[in-house]
Amino acid sequence: MRIELIKRPQHSALFSALSPFIAFALTLAAGGILFAILGKSPLAALYSYFIEPLTEIWSLHELAVKATPLILIAVGLSVCFQSNNWNIGAEGQFIVGAITGSIMPVLLPDFQFWFVLPLILIFGFAGGAAYGSVPAFLKVRFNTNEILSSLMLVYVAQLFLDWLVRGPWRNPEGFNFPETRQFHSFAILPEILPASGRAHWGFVFALLAALVLWFLLSRTMKGFEVKLIGQSPRAGAFAGFSDKRMIYFAFLVSGGLAGLAGISEVSGAIGQLRPVISPGYGFTAIIVAFLGRLNPLGIVAAGLVLALSYLGGEAAQISLGVSDKTARVFQGLLLFFVLACDTLIHYRIRLGTAQKPEGTA
Amino acid sequence: MKKTILAIAAATAVAAMAPAMAEAKTKACFIYVGPVGDFGWSYQHDQGRLALEKALGDAVETAFLESVPEGADSERALERFARSGCNIIFTTSFGYMDATNKIAAKFPDVKFEHATGYKREHANVATYDSRFYEGRYVIGQIAGKVSKTGVAGYIASFPIPEVVQGINSFLLGAQSVNPDFKLKVVWVNTWFDPGKEADAAKALIDQGVDIITQHTDSTAAMQVAAERGIHAFGQASDMIAFGPQTQLTAIVDDWGPYYIERVKAVIDGTWEQKATWAGMKEGHVVMAPYTNMPDDVKMMAEGTQAKITSGEFHPFTGPIMKQDGTEWLKDGEVADDGTLSGLNFYVKGVDDTLPQ
Amino acid sequence: MGILEAVLLTIATAATPLLIAAMGELVTERSGVLNLGVEGMMIMGAVTGFAVASSTGSAWLGMAAAIIAGMAFSLLFGFLTLTLVTNQVATGLALTLLGLGFSGMLGEGFVGRPGVKLGNIDIPVLSDLPVVGKLVFGQDPIFYISILLTAGVAWFLFYSRAGLTLRSVGDSHRSAHALGIKVIRIRYLAVMFGGACSGLAGAHLSLVYVPQWVEGMTAGRGWIALALVVFASWRPWRVLAGAYLFGAVSIGQLHAQALGFGIPSQLLSSLPYLATIVVLVLISRNRRLTVMNTPASLGQPFVPDR
Repeated sequence: MRIELIKRPQHSALFSALSPFIAFALTLAAGGILFAILGKSPLAALYSYFIEPLTEIWSLHELAVKATPLILIAVGLSVCFQSNNWNIGAEGQFIVGAITGSIMPVLLPDFQFWFVLPLILIFGFAGGAAYGSVPAFLKVRFNTNEILSSLMLVYVAQLFLDWLVRGPWRNPEGFNFPETRQFHSFAILPEILPASGRAHWGFVFALLAALVLWFLLSRTMKGFEVKLIGQSPRAGAFAGFSDKRMIYFAFLVSGGLAGLAGISEVSGAIGQLRPVISPGYGFTAIIVAFLGRLNPLGIVAAGLVLALSYLGGEAAQISLGVSDKTARVFQGLLLFFVLACDTLIHYRIRLGTAQKPEGTA
Repeated sequence: MKKTILAIAAATAVAAMAPAMAEAKTKACFIYVGPVGDFGWSYQHDQGRLALEKALGDAVETAFLESVPEGADSERALERFARSGCNIIFTTSFGYMDATNKIAAKFPDVKFEHATGYKREHANVATYDSRFYEGRYVIGQIAGKVSKTGVAGYIASFPIPEVVQGINSFLLGAQSVNPDFKLKVVWVNTWFDPGKEADAAKALIDQGVDIITQHTDSTAAMQVAAERGIHAFGQASDMIAFGPQTQLTAIVDDWGPYYIERVKAVIDGTWEQKATWAGMKEGHVVMAPYTNMPDDVKMMAEGTQAKITSGEFHPFTGPIMKQDGTEWLKDGEVADDGTLSGLNFYVKGVDDTLPQ
Repeated sequence: MGILEAVLLTIATAATPLLIAAMGELVTERSGVLNLGVEGMMIMGAVTGFAVASSTGSAWLGMAAAIIAGMAFSLLFGFLTLTLVTNQVATGLALTLLGLGFSGMLGEGFVGRPGVKLGNIDIPVLSDLPVVGKLVFGQDPIFYISILLTAGVAWFLFYSRAGLTLRSVGDSHRSAHALGIKVIRIRYLAVMFGGACSGLAGAHLSLVYVPQWVEGMTAGRGWIALALVVFASWRPWRVLAGAYLFGAVSIGQLHAQALGFGIPSQLLSSLPYLATIVVLVLISRNRRLTVMNTPASLGQPFVPDR
């Protein structure tokens, strides 16, 4: 059987709307088969994955907590990726933002005023943006590939945080264990509805950032510039846009938002710096950005879905004893199906039987 | 709004169900920082969980979450456990300390047991840890006898007190039989990267050590030592299968006895808060069979093990000098647990600068 | 065995999996496809290689199985990105995610079992030569494969007709298509070659480097391999140089520690990454050279018009 793609004259609005649902249905089917092979009841497993975490208020809060860094980072990345800048190092910018944001509460613990919180958020944003500007500078000045320089800087940031927390910033009252002192109450990002759960204001920042960037990308000249340069730097140059300025812009925005995500996570969810503060949010956010089709509003939905799959993975582990690897396989499958189904938006698929399959040995 | 009410109703239903279930079966839950397949730290805790299931049979039901990152995720995982009807929750990594205490405040009826930490902010939080340094002293003595070059290599993970205790105790043991014994330390900044651990072992061997010991989780160093024909000590679990001619002994973390004791206490209603720091005496630190060594060394090791087990001897007994030559413990003085649990300096003779 | 020789041997072992995985990715990228799933394919190779070797007792069978597993896994990537023209960056990341999870599931029964080591090849007399003896004449088979692979890829890309075709596909798929070259077929083959290499690199980890299986044992080496390709500006011999340089810096920092220099170990651990950035900058400063070597269609999807 031969698979042939035929480009649609214009992209299909029908499939644009349908494809996430088709993908989801396929994931459910594949997941069901997977669970059946593992000897678990598919229905019970899928219930634990996708319904159970949504049935309780506290769990919805947790969903928001988990989705916050993913959305914040991914909306920033959407600007990067749309302008054809490949920032793979958001994880590093997240960490540096968390570090710069923590300077005041860690080094000046007695400096307790209401304006500490806004300041540390600004510091976090600035730190992430500054760290993001390194690969941007190297790309503009030396033509250095940003995928690699940004990725390498992730490892450097992780080790730097490790050194800080075990060395100079270690909590003097912490029995030499590797963590900083707890943030004082003026440096804590408050919870939105403390009575019902843990979701903090970082989630609101994430939604605001998504709205602002959605507006910027779809309704302003800057958004046009981003997309034009992304599709063709030459065309951008003819239109009078600077490719170099765009590189800086993309990295500063995405780095800054990753930094804000970092300090929000530390100040809102953890309350102190520790050797590891992110289970790979910066990398997962790349997936979120593509799941959301690089559209900031789509990214909000994608971030929530991915966060749900983490929560669901835990629920399934507890109620069914399905291992944690299954959750990761499941996420991989979901992403594959979403990507594959999006093909339908731009192409029609024709199946023929005339020839041997091309290359599919 | 309707949905909210439904959800609240569901939540109360779950909460109401939990004690009812507890009467039938006690549910013990475990949170691991790594995969159960790491064959190191998390693997040993899971062995403890299996021992618990075996010992208490139908009276107990267990569940676990693996690879739970420290930080925001651990709080959520704990809350989910607490709400799913767990009666006692073991949190098996230092990084879960604050999350454990936070969630414990919300669920006063659930017992929490945190490994390797020091915070017990609520009556339902206990802490537990093992005196691994007791085993380190014994293997240090063996190294002092078996080594021909008089230099051992130590693959260390992160400079936290527990690891520093181990390095010091090992060297004190070695110096007790060979005063000139030297120790080279390499920090790999990971608990778990077989490739890097193997590289570290090779680097140490190339620099002339003929015994390797490690405070990282994989069996890689044991395999390298086997290949190079020198000796090594197993860590966390008995690694004899990876070096039948290589392993002298291993310090095995046996969490089973503690888990059984504590879950029984929950069943009997006698559970209370305490800080456990147990060692050879309580059966938490177990030495794998002494192999590949002359009989006199074996007898010495067994003798020391017996003395530590009976409480007759403490590895940190003076006179002990700090690395810079100043006095730490006077003759006959024994280090107190407070200093030990926050240990951040080397004793004399370590050929390394402790990362600060 | 002298210390210099021993250190060189250690470096060679550390560099070999990086070199092989990077060489495969180089060919894939030369055809214009960016596959970020190296880590995922590598760990699939590691688990398959270990499982087959320890079940059959033959490390060679394990190695062959690892190559096939890597290739099969890369086909999944190929089907999505080439047939269904999905985004290559996202698909590659998904492949890594899937590989890390799937390998954990497959390997559950193999944790804590000693593996089968692929034995060293030892040429008598020659391997006793000072310094270079063991290094050149007494290593594991995959080491020799990695060197042959480098030479083979270098010859293939720049001295063979098929290599020219492959590069033309990577530089401009439109013109290649216009010349009647089957772009998609060539890209499939290149992706599969990359998968096979990643699988072999994984086998080196679980059959030579540390003969055991533990979850997540690739520990980020797939990402380093990706970095090496660009670091080497898509030239095979430079990949070799880069892999050995990276190996040398990582091993060197361990030796520096064992010698007792009082430098923070985190700083030493970050040296390989900083060194990569510095060399990257030095190489890419020469704009003409970079542009000449970069596959111009890298990462761009291709759908033939009909």
